[in-house]
Amino acid sequence: VNDALPPGQPQAALDSIEAVEQGLESAGYIASRQIATAVYIANHLQKPILVEGPAGVGKTELAKSVASWLSLPLIRMQCYEGLDESKALYEWKYGKQLLYTQILKDKISSVIGDTPDLAGALDKLHSFGDIFYSHQFLEPRPLLRALEEPGGSVLLIDEIDKSDQEFEAFLLEILSDYQVSIPEIGTVHAKTAPLVMLTSNSTRDLGDALKRRCLHLHIGFPDEKLEAQIIASRVPEIDAKLLKQLVSFVQQLRALDLKKVPSVSETIDWAKVMVLLHTSVLDVELVRNTLNVLLKFEADIEATNRQLAGLTHKARQDGGVGA
Amino acid sequence: VSGAGATAGSGTPSGGALAPASEPLRRFLQAARSAGLRVSAAEGIDAARAVEFVGFHDRTVLKDTLGLILAKTSDEKDLFDEAFELYFKRDTFAATSDDGDEPGADGGQGSFGPSGTGGEGMGSGGGQSLGQLLEGDERAALATFMEQAARDAGIENIRYFTQKNLYARRILDRMGLRSVEREIEAMRQAGDQEALVRAQTLESRLEILRDAVRDLVERNLILFAKGETERFREELLKSARLSNLERRDLDRMRILVRQMAKKLAARYAKTRRRRLRGQLDTRRTLRRNMGWGGIPFVTVWKQKRIEKPRVMVLCDVSGSVAAMSGFLLMFLYALNEALKDIRSFAFAGSLIEVSEILEKQPVEDAISKIMELIGYGSSNYGNSFADFEDGWMKHVTNKTTVIILGDARGNRTDPRTDIIGRLSQRSKRIIWLNPEYRSVWGTGDSDMFRYAPFCNVVTVCNTLRHLERAISDILEDAV
Repeated sequence: VNDALPPGQPQAALDSIEAVEQGLESAGYIASRQIATAVYIANHLQKPILVEGPAGVGKTELAKSVASWLSLPLIRMQCYEGLDESKALYEWKYGKQLLYTQILKDKISSVIGDTPDLAGALDKLHSFGDIFYSHQFLEPRPLLRALEEPGGSVLLIDEIDKSDQEFEAFLLEILSDYQVSIPEIGTVHAKTAPLVMLTSNSTRDLGDALKRRCLHLHIGFPDEKLEAQIIASRVPEIDAKLLKQLVSFVQQLRALDLKKVPSVSETIDWAKVMVLLHTSVLDVELVRNTLNVLLKFEADIEATNRQLAGLTHKARQDGGVGA
Repeated sequence: VSGAGATAGSGTPSGGALAPASEPLRRFLQAARSAGLRVSAAEGIDAARAVEFVGFHDRTVLKDTLGLILAKTSDEKDLFDEAFELYFKRDTFAATSDDGDEPGADGGQGSFGPSGTGGEGMGSGGGQSLGQLLEGDERAALATFMEQAARDAGIENIRYFTQKNLYARRILDRMGLRSVEREIEAMRQAGDQEALVRAQTLESRLEILRDAVRDLVERNLILFAKGETERFREELLKSARLSNLERRDLDRMRILVRQMAKKLAARYAKTRRRRLRGQLDTRRTLRRNMGWGGIPFVTVWKQKRIEKPRVMVLCDVSGSVAAMSGFLLMFLYALNEALKDIRSFAFAGSLIEVSEILEKQPVEDAISKIMELIGYGSSNYGNSFADFEDGWMKHVTNKTTVIILGDARGNRTDPRTDIIGRLSQRSKRIIWLNPEYRSVWGTGDSDMFRYAPFCNVVTVCNTLRHLERAISDILEDAV
């Protein structure tokens, strides 16, 4: 996909905040002005973006959309506790190294066969260089892959807050200089600096050093208008009046005191359900039966059930449908 | 037009390498730092680079951009928003006249806060004397003149509200107040009707200017000194005796306690496993390398698991120590993640377990509830320890850290040191925190020195700082 684009195309597409906004929209992502500004600035300052916010507001989706809009490969690294260098950066292909030594064992006599002493044999071997510690035996993991991508890439480091503190420190070199050091080979520089996005659900506080190297973008729940736009773009077959009712209902839910309020992704799911059920007007019974799409805790569903009539009524009014 | 467009137009390369915009930006960074944002030099450079891309012309874009670079948590975002609004808020004095002149030119160029209008504005002010400006009622020019004077007077160094008059005076002096006053005096002396009227107008306009200057100084005080005063106050609170705290400081204390606890938790929650250097874990190394025929490509080192401390807290909640107990409990529960489990007990005349109450509701509310349960009676240490031995001694293991908070004043009842003796044998350690100064231990009905031999640590603890140190030691020891 990447080769089809002339180099420099992404730059041209990123030359104003409005262009970013439109570009993301063409990839199906309705971005608020802050988000577009962040992508624009990140690209021009070549800085990673640290995206924080509640689950399901489209943090990961943002990276995917940027990649698909700019036709860059998306390289995703999911973080978890215990993630280390060998899984994030590179690993030697031990098996292959082992196999090759076995195969090459027979050849060795033909290489050093006629040397009379050990020193001579060693010299001959040295002239071949570090055969087994070279690129052929290197298994690139996401971070190295992102750096080696010739046309640039979008590197998504997902849920960085799940990783250990040590790993966070290890990321610093990549994030500030777009390079990594591999002891056996040397320092690998990025051919084209990737656009890096880190996401975090704030389960723990990230280190200051990491934060300092990133732009900090907080994505909260969208307002009514933006949410309606997002749903319309994700579920295009939805009826305009129904859309209004849905969004109004969800926005009301968010104002309640719930353990986990519904996110944008849940609203999208709910909209899809409503379309499947050929709904045009929300009614209490229907909402009650589909509430488990929006709310993920039994206690929340119970709490909401009691107020369902009022919420639905208000949603219908907002949607311009008579009660 | 003098106000608007001055900065955008003037390309005077005063800053050298950076864009002409760097001066207002630099001052804003200073304001942001005073507001409590930690802006490093690198971030400052990033901000300058970013502003070069987006420019100053769109306020919302500017705000978004700087917010992305400077504010890294949601708290900081709030601080940032506040500082930004305050700093880039248009001077009301200039705005009123500008809106009259050219309604379209609002909120855009040239409105970079208290200091924004650049060199040309100063020129227009400097060309005429203050008296002439006042008579001509050239408000825009006056505003820039005033800002220039404020900058010359070093307004960004203002720290305390007591300096308000000083700075207002300095600014007015720099603007030439004296000569205007002399002019007015001269007009009065002249005595004819026309001069008197002129003097009066001048006087009233001077009054407006005074208000504007005071306003400007006040705004700068909030901008540059708020963070400073806040920090000063916090420092003070950290070392104030907790029993002397005033009610209005309680909220701030709660926030402080939470901050300190968070810091401690972050420090001690991270390393639960520590590598033992140089000790190969043979079994796990073999297992790990089975894939390539047992040749140890990857080595696994032995690790030491670090236990989180198990804590039992016995808090005296009788009158004298109640405030301290509240803070200790607040601290421990804020530390939740760094501790394995906490069981808390409150006692006065007798002892009850209060873990459940504390887990269900915020500590602030819980404490008053506990007080109701246990009563504000006088303390009886012996009786309370006996209650503890009956009910909970069996849960104390050699991994348990027992923290006792109290003044050890049992109103001349039997101290039951034998129980504390048994407790010290069962538990990992006993730490006694006493809010009284060491000099009064052992005086009157204090049994502190009778308990002391059984405790691993006995320490004075009556300020937030003491508390932090004591708890930090507890966590440290577990590592």
